[in-house]
Amino acid sequence: MSVDMLQIPDWSDLGGFLPETVMFGAFLLALLGDLVVRRRPVVPFAVVMAGALTALALSFAGLDAPERTILGGLVVVDGMAAFFRILFSLIAVATLLVSWASEEIMGRSRENKGEYYALIALMTGGMMVMAEARDLLMLYLSLELVSLSSYVMAGYMRNSLRATEASLKYVIFGAVSSGVMLYGLSLLYGLTGSLTYAGVRDALAAGAGDPLSLLTVCVLLLAGLGYKIAMVPFHFWAPDVYEGAPTPVSAFFSVGPKAAGFALMIRFFYTTMQPAVDRVDWRLLIAVLSVATMTFGNLVAVRQVNVKRLLAYSSIAHAGYLLMGFLMLTAEGLQAILFYLLVYALMNLGAFLFVVALNNSLKSEHLDDYAGLGFRSPWAAAMMIVFLFSLTGLPPTAGFIGKFYLFAAVMHEGWYWLAIVGVLNSVVSLFYYMKIARTMYFTKAPADAPAVPIAPLHYVTLVLLAAPTLFLGLYWGGFKDLADRAVQHFTAL
Amino acid sequence: MTVGLEHYLTVSALLFGLGLYAVLTRRNAVALLMGVELILNAANLNFVAFARFVDGGVEGHIVAAFVIVLAAAEAAVALAIVLAMFRNFGTVNVDTVNRLKR
Repeated sequence: MSVDMLQIPDWSDLGGFLPETVMFGAFLLALLGDLVVRRRPVVPFAVVMAGALTALALSFAGLDAPERTILGGLVVVDGMAAFFRILFSLIAVATLLVSWASEEIMGRSRENKGEYYALIALMTGGMMVMAEARDLLMLYLSLELVSLSSYVMAGYMRNSLRATEASLKYVIFGAVSSGVMLYGLSLLYGLTGSLTYAGVRDALAAGAGDPLSLLTVCVLLLAGLGYKIAMVPFHFWAPDVYEGAPTPVSAFFSVGPKAAGFALMIRFFYTTMQPAVDRVDWRLLIAVLSVATMTFGNLVAVRQVNVKRLLAYSSIAHAGYLLMGFLMLTAEGLQAILFYLLVYALMNLGAFLFVVALNNSLKSEHLDDYAGLGFRSPWAAAMMIVFLFSLTGLPPTAGFIGKFYLFAAVMHEGWYWLAIVGVLNSVVSLFYYMKIARTMYFTKAPADAPAVPIAPLHYVTLVLLAAPTLFLGLYWGGFKDLADRAVQHFTAL
Repeated sequence: MTVGLEHYLTVSALLFGLGLYAVLTRRNAVALLMGVELILNAANLNFVAFARFVDGGVEGHIVAAFVIVLAAAEAAVALAIVLAMFRNFGTVNVDTVNRLKR
């Protein structure tokens, strides 16, 4: 491509880019508001909340829209992009609510509370772009935008040793794996001579690249993408970061960037690597990694006694389940992933929120401190049970429906062994999720156990997350329809 | 002898290997980050060489320019975190920072 062929972005393209523009605008406004009105975090909080709600409202319009390429071919807007915009706006709203009443974020000694909320807006916008990238450059830039803001968020409690260690581990793992991925991207560019997904696909379909070099490219790329979704063997950072970072941040990381990583992987692999499947069997590669991811996550989670760390390993396991649907390359599998990501966001945010709410009074995430919570704080504990049932995949919760669709998609493609491994893994996960439930209900609390008052806002948010988790287990049609509509115009299938 | 694509790719592969080696062996956080810079620059060299020899356009050059800017941003964030580490732990050796359970 020569200079004169470079497309100058058209201003009218911004019409298709509104939710992102709103989120980035909210980021700048929140920073500015924080500068003008010092020590009033309510200003940036309100700005970002308004931005996320506006983005949510704006996103629904795009669900049925056909594919449209904007901003000089860097970004594509379609139903799937709209679905992820909705998902990320919802996650942002939930995270804002969780953070506002959290002592870890809003405690008296914390500084720069406004910047924290601004960073949530920036990350949400970045995740939306990740779901829309259709160019190798945009892929890398959006991934790094999300990564750089998440390093800062992980280290938000900058006087805390644990948070500093978390952000240090995060930045080192992240920088190395994204660098390795960039090297892979450069090789892919060399093999195909193009940076756009369409160009790469056409070159690969025309026979560019031998099996060995394509395998190298796949492995290098999976280093960066696998790190984002916490896939074995690029998961090492996840338990430490989730344990050390403030709990609301861990909650955000465990659903937001993970879903964004999946969105990026879906668009990239489905669009570009599909023609190369005869030369490099990346589906089998990902199937093996999927089995390794869920088995490792579940087996290690069994031994955990820190609830945050347990949930970190559980979120690694869930990435394994999602990878099963990912490698099916069918509309059914894709719909199942999208629906599962929605359900996963609800239940995982809910489980983390329970930890945040208790941390305010307990100042601990150790499982032993959860003894007798079923009677010390019955309502919150009951809602935690809903989330745990859903994470296991037991009826009548949303998690059951999500897993059902996911396994059905895998079975329909004839990958029976993979589905069996997935079901066996769900059985293992029952053990450690129920360990939390058992401690809450069947272990007697010590006589001097502190009271556990729960902030009203946390109660409200718990209900807002638990109600759909139960509701979707009984009436999932409407939300499944959302996922089905999102992929109807996805041309890469 | 003319300098062709292979020469660029060899140099970049060497840079990549050295960067990865530095990341895996160095325990000083700043040296680790220097290893990351080597990896990024290896990729940059690839992009520019491929733009010249394969694509014949400017796309690869544009990517390299973006990556240089991004590397600077990443270094700023990473060094800020290393600074926080030095304040809290009094060292920049990554091995001493393992309070979180393995």
